[in-house]
Amino acid sequence: MSQFVFGYYAAAIVFLSVVVVTRKNPVHSVLFMLILFLHIAGVYILLNAEFLAAVQVIVYAGAILVLFVFAIMVLNLKEEQTVEIYVGSWAIAVAAALGLFVILLFGLRTVDVPSGGTFTAEYLKNTTNTKALGKEIFVNYLLPFEIVSIILLVAIIGAIVLAKKKLKG
Amino acid sequence: MVGLNWYMWLSLTVFCIGMVGFLTRRNIIIVFMSIELMLNAVNINLVAISHFMQDLRGQVLTFFIIAVAAAEAAIGLAILIAIFRTKGVAHVDEATEMKG
Repeated sequence: MSQFVFGYYAAAIVFLSVVVVTRKNPVHSVLFMLILFLHIAGVYILLNAEFLAAVQVIVYAGAILVLFVFAIMVLNLKEEQTVEIYVGSWAIAVAAALGLFVILLFGLRTVDVPSGGTFTAEYLKNTTNTKALGKEIFVNYLLPFEIVSIILLVAIIGAIVLAKKKLKG
Repeated sequence: MVGLNWYMWLSLTVFCIGMVGFLTRRNIIIVFMSIELMLNAVNINLVAISHFMQDLRGQVLTFFIIAVAAAEAAIGLAILIAIFRTKGVAHVDEATEMKG
């Protein structure tokens, strides 16, 4: 049963990724990417990471894609329909990506991670994923968490400075 | 039984598709979306390893990656708007001031 569920999610994710990078109209790409992010949230749920699935839907599907839609508003979509959508040297890029794929595929054959950590499925079932993850973040990873808040603050200020109009005089 | 390798193959495939999109598309917005695609592939990999190692560190790192991806998207799209306002183009091969 789990193979079928994973197979569905994997097939949908790969198909939607290809669709996202090949659409001519950026709005179509964004809408397909929304479906893609929801499927990735489904994969997180398969992996017992409910909190990250919720964060995926809220942050990626809810916030980042809205930002993309806003950015598309500044584009000239009429012109976008007629111009060439790939750069001239696309063949080199595809060859490089295929080379990376083959190399990593060979690298993955020897991957073997040790299991037997403290956060087993039974432990997560008793304490819930969100509580365990929250304890992990706020006890062991408190400093990185605070640094992330500073990164977000810098990003907000940087975005405002970059996108505002030059003041005259 | 779905093993770790299946998730890693999925992640690898999505990462390479994102890489193709990043390197071949001319539209800057699609280039940014390809970056998000690659970050999501890495996230799938981290969550899968976290699950199979029975350790939550991968999920903590994924949480931070999502936060940094949000910051990166905000900055990147602000840069896109600035480029579009000053030059009127939204294609990566037409912004050539730096002779790249």
